[in-house]
Amino acid sequence: MPKDTGIGARSKRREDIRFLTGRGAYTDNLAMQGQVHAVMVRANVAHGRIVSIDTSAAQAMPGVLAIFTGADFADVGGNPAGWLIHSRDGSPMREPKRPVLAHGKVRHVGDAYAAVVAETYEQARDAAEAVAAGTEIEELPAIVGMAGAVANADNRVHDEIPDNLCFDWGWIEDNRDAVDAAMKAAPHVTTLELVNNRLVPNAMEPRASIGEFNPGTGDYKLTTTSQNPHLTKLLVCAFVLGIPEHKLTVVAPDVGGGFGSKIYHYGEEALVLAAAKKLGRPVRWTAERSESFLTDAHGRDHVTTIEVGATLDGEILAIRTNTLANVGAYLSNFSTVTPTFLHGTLMAGPYKVPHVYVNLKAVFTNTAPVDAYRGAGRPEATYSLERAIDKMARELKLDPVAVRRKNLLTPDQFPYTTPVGLVYDVGNYQATLDKALDMADLAGFEARAAKSRAEGKLRGVGLSTWIEACGIAPSHLVGQLGSRVGLYDAATVRVGATGTIQVMTGAHSHGQGHETVFAQVVADKLGIAEAAVEIVHGDTSKIPFGMGSYGSRSLAVCGSAMDRALDKIIAKGKKIAAHMLEAAEGDITFENGSFSVAGTDKAKSFGEIAFSAYVPHNYPLETLEPGLEETAFYDPNNWTYPAGAYLCEVEIDPDTGKVTICSFTCADDFGNVMNPMVVEGQVHGGVAQGIGQALVEHTAYDENGQLLTASYMDYAMPRADDLPFYQVDHSCVTPCSHNPLGVKGCGEAGAIGSPPAVVNAVIDALHRGGMTQVSHIDMPLTPARVWAAMQV
Amino acid sequence: MYNFEFAKAKTIADAVKALSSEDAQALGGGQTLLPTMKQRLAAPTTLVSLNTIPEMIGVCVNDRGEVCIGGATTHATVAREAAAHYPALAALASHIGDPAVRNRGTIGGSLANNDPSACYPAAALGSGAVIKTNARDIAADDYFLGMFTTALDEGEIITEVRFPVPQKANYQKFVQPASRFALVGVYVAKYAGGVRVAVTGAASDGVFRWAEAEAALSADFAATALDALAVPGNDMIADLHGSADYRAHLVKVMTKRAVAAAA
Amino acid sequence: MTQVTMTVNGKTVSGQVEGRTLLADFLREDLRLTGTHIGCDTSQCGACIVHVNGNAIKSCTALAADLDGAEVRTIEGMANADGSLSVIQQAFQDHHGLQCGFCTPGMVMTASALLKENPKPSEVEIRAYLEGNICRCTGYHNIVKAIMAASGQDVSAIAAE
Repeated sequence: MPKDTGIGARSKRREDIRFLTGRGAYTDNLAMQGQVHAVMVRANVAHGRIVSIDTSAAQAMPGVLAIFTGADFADVGGNPAGWLIHSRDGSPMREPKRPVLAHGKVRHVGDAYAAVVAETYEQARDAAEAVAAGTEIEELPAIVGMAGAVANADNRVHDEIPDNLCFDWGWIEDNRDAVDAAMKAAPHVTTLELVNNRLVPNAMEPRASIGEFNPGTGDYKLTTTSQNPHLTKLLVCAFVLGIPEHKLTVVAPDVGGGFGSKIYHYGEEALVLAAAKKLGRPVRWTAERSESFLTDAHGRDHVTTIEVGATLDGEILAIRTNTLANVGAYLSNFSTVTPTFLHGTLMAGPYKVPHVYVNLKAVFTNTAPVDAYRGAGRPEATYSLERAIDKMARELKLDPVAVRRKNLLTPDQFPYTTPVGLVYDVGNYQATLDKALDMADLAGFEARAAKSRAEGKLRGVGLSTWIEACGIAPSHLVGQLGSRVGLYDAATVRVGATGTIQVMTGAHSHGQGHETVFAQVVADKLGIAEAAVEIVHGDTSKIPFGMGSYGSRSLAVCGSAMDRALDKIIAKGKKIAAHMLEAAEGDITFENGSFSVAGTDKAKSFGEIAFSAYVPHNYPLETLEPGLEETAFYDPNNWTYPAGAYLCEVEIDPDTGKVTICSFTCADDFGNVMNPMVVEGQVHGGVAQGIGQALVEHTAYDENGQLLTASYMDYAMPRADDLPFYQVDHSCVTPCSHNPLGVKGCGEAGAIGSPPAVVNAVIDALHRGGMTQVSHIDMPLTPARVWAAMQV
Repeated sequence: MYNFEFAKAKTIADAVKALSSEDAQALGGGQTLLPTMKQRLAAPTTLVSLNTIPEMIGVCVNDRGEVCIGGATTHATVAREAAAHYPALAALASHIGDPAVRNRGTIGGSLANNDPSACYPAAALGSGAVIKTNARDIAADDYFLGMFTTALDEGEIITEVRFPVPQKANYQKFVQPASRFALVGVYVAKYAGGVRVAVTGAASDGVFRWAEAEAALSADFAATALDALAVPGNDMIADLHGSADYRAHLVKVMTKRAVAAAA
Repeated sequence: MTQVTMTVNGKTVSGQVEGRTLLADFLREDLRLTGTHIGCDTSQCGACIVHVNGNAIKSCTALAADLDGAEVRTIEGMANADGSLSVIQQAFQDHHGLQCGFCTPGMVMTASALLKENPKPSEVEIRAYLEGNICRCTGYHNIVKAIMAASGQDVSAIAAE
């Protein structure tokens, strides 16, 4: 019988009411008294030296209040990378300064080198055009392709970095020789070169920021589209503008999707704060969609060669990958960890593989910065691996299901230390594989394929068995690996005198439904009504210092902190109850919202204890402080390892190359599930993004570094009629062994597991149709690409 | 957007007068013009709205049996009101853009813009329609002069489009995955005097008639009549959504499908 | 500047607008009806959809001055008279048809227009009708399901109920 409240219930989302009635408080919906408008002046060339900027004409235009250029920020700090990577030779990565506004050079189309603030948006826009007209930029040859960037030492994105190489990373370098030897000795080696296509995250709410400054107090406030307001605050204060940390409040109100792109601090946030201080008025900036395309951190963009050494019956002996990863023109905050520790560490997948080595070179180019996008590194690893294993099975004439079964870790092998540095705590990968095969009715596939053939279509089925490491992350480990931040999270539980509760979380909800789901967890634990619990997030003046939401970490890390804080509340409640019930503390039990003396009918409700904490008349004041409010910081001691099996069935129209997704089946193990409805929604969305990557989404720059896919006219977003109803299941549960809720995280899974399932299905369909010469097609598998592949 | 003076015409004569001033431009549904102006790629000093000129709105059938559509008639209205008289044309209108675009975009606006990937040019050329303006009648064969270029003079507005109704017709669109405009769209119409085949989306010069297919289909209105034909790739658009060869191939595929669906 | 008068969610409103003022801007900035969102600049995403004279249109691609005298309905006018969620809104909540909520106003306005034209649309018809509404969060599954449910159809057989 499904529960109707608390953990495991399909509680309806309370946040929906405001969103459904047009009352969402998104940044651009907020109007500040006396606000003025900023417009950025952006480079229209990919690479150029700024010769001069004449702002005099713009300065004289109606409504113009201030104009900023790179020179105004030359003396403040830069926006740093959050992770220091060391190259194979031990040298630290090359780390160029990322200024608020470009100074000296512009490095990608859209790079802002000036900003105009005016009374109205249109006045600012007019003046921004005048600034552009008054600017002379000497265009330099654009560095676009990664191979060319590394080969050409004379043309540099950053003058001080000779070969445009950020780092050359080996993981694990000590594995290298053993992997080479195992590969050499392997009876069969499958080699696959593939591109993991660059994506634009495209949260539907464009980025927006409002800066405010109070000259009377010296306090700043930044309202911004962020997944992690405390991290943004730290970056602005400690690295970029040097504002004392206690003088800046960052508020991330309702945020319309992030998918990674709103983790990072962007120059516009610093600009509106500096402008607000200069003008003493609120300064707002909202991206147009075209600016989002040009300047939001993009995702993926790897070129990889993967080799899989195997026995002739499909046992994997060794895996070796060589990858070029595009970091774009500047290092965005997570840009160096995404292709390394979020990618290389996953290259063993859910398999027992004795030898794995990953080499990855990160390359600067004159393109937008590339950073974490839903899945972040793990989709790239999963795609390489799951495509290569499928190809290996095909080359060895083995069943791809059987090959996976042969290599999957078995439940008795946990905890399992991979050759790439992770310790998988629990899992049952056979269970999710069996579940997916059953749900997708693989047994009935041949009949469906025959029907497709009769209609002139090619049908295929593709599998991916995936794993990820999320619940990011143990601070002591990430510190050893180069992280410049801790990755704990925090929650404060504030019980009111009347027994209602506010929980202030470091996690931020921008679509995930924390306000509902976190309240379910609290209500369940305290035995009170969900409606008595309010989740407060997004305002650094209210919430404890947590690290925000990304990496499927909200419940696993912040939820664990909340659980710990609730333990403290219950422990204190027991002390209060013991006093009130005149019993020993050790005899007090807490169950279903009631503190009682074991073995008696003496009890106090949670509400009575809360009241007593704030009206401490009958209270042990000599040993216990009044009040009922507790904070916990939680630092995980391992990553969590969600895993699952995805099956995709496609049909190809051979006349046009168009691929239709007939069905998509997901069997996932997310550990314990707090709200199945929300989990299903997360998987649906992730799978849609993965199918989008596999079939339609593509980011293309021309040889001059102009973005060809700079709007929805050319960047294909998956739409309702591109997608099917998905079948999703999360009944296979191995609870996470090291966090109190036993949760693993579900936000990124869909985007990680789905692309290889789609591509494997298309290749399968082509092979079944007799086109066995097609061993691979790079994503996106647009009709044009599939058709072209069929013509060879 | 740059600012401009806005004027709303109540009659065709009003509109023509307002459009006679320098840098004035007509505003139909604005579904292409307004996004272009938002990008500051167009800067008219005056926009003259044609949206509320009663004599330019509506669908009727004249005494020659032609379907006559007012220039300011929305796609949604055509989809609804032309269905009984010219189903293939109504079906085409019902798949332009999306429902919200169809409620605003107009036939006159689409034909005046002549986007090389728009649907209506294929219907007009494929039907041998007559484009009626405030000044004259222009045969579709004389109207489309290349990408975004038409026979319209400065300030001339499309007041009505007259479509001779064929015995059979069908439009097949293969969409560009991002914009949902036609990557290739083919309009096939069979008249007593012969078959017309108009292709949009594919060619760099915009909509065109595929003469060889027309000849073959006029002799034998069956998809198999096209088997031996091939569209040369030279004049096709090549971009990130498809090569010239792919578009040429799709022209044939879509033509065959249109014939099959019409027959 | 041009004087425009409209009926918005049943109330007569008027204001002075520039030629270039879009309906979306008039609603958001002048009337402070910020439920109508702007998600793109090419008339593709549909976050800005409102009803004008009963028809769904993209308010970012219509001039306020061109709609003088129009009857406009926005997301703020979609709830029942007593403030409770309408059938469509309730179905979106019941079936988790929204996540971040940014595209949601446009989705609700489109769903409402669809059900007026086609009271019992099929899955295929719903997906086709949503062509001009982009959602990045839900993968559309629960949006389609919500619209089917709002039209009184049994959705219990749809996967992941």
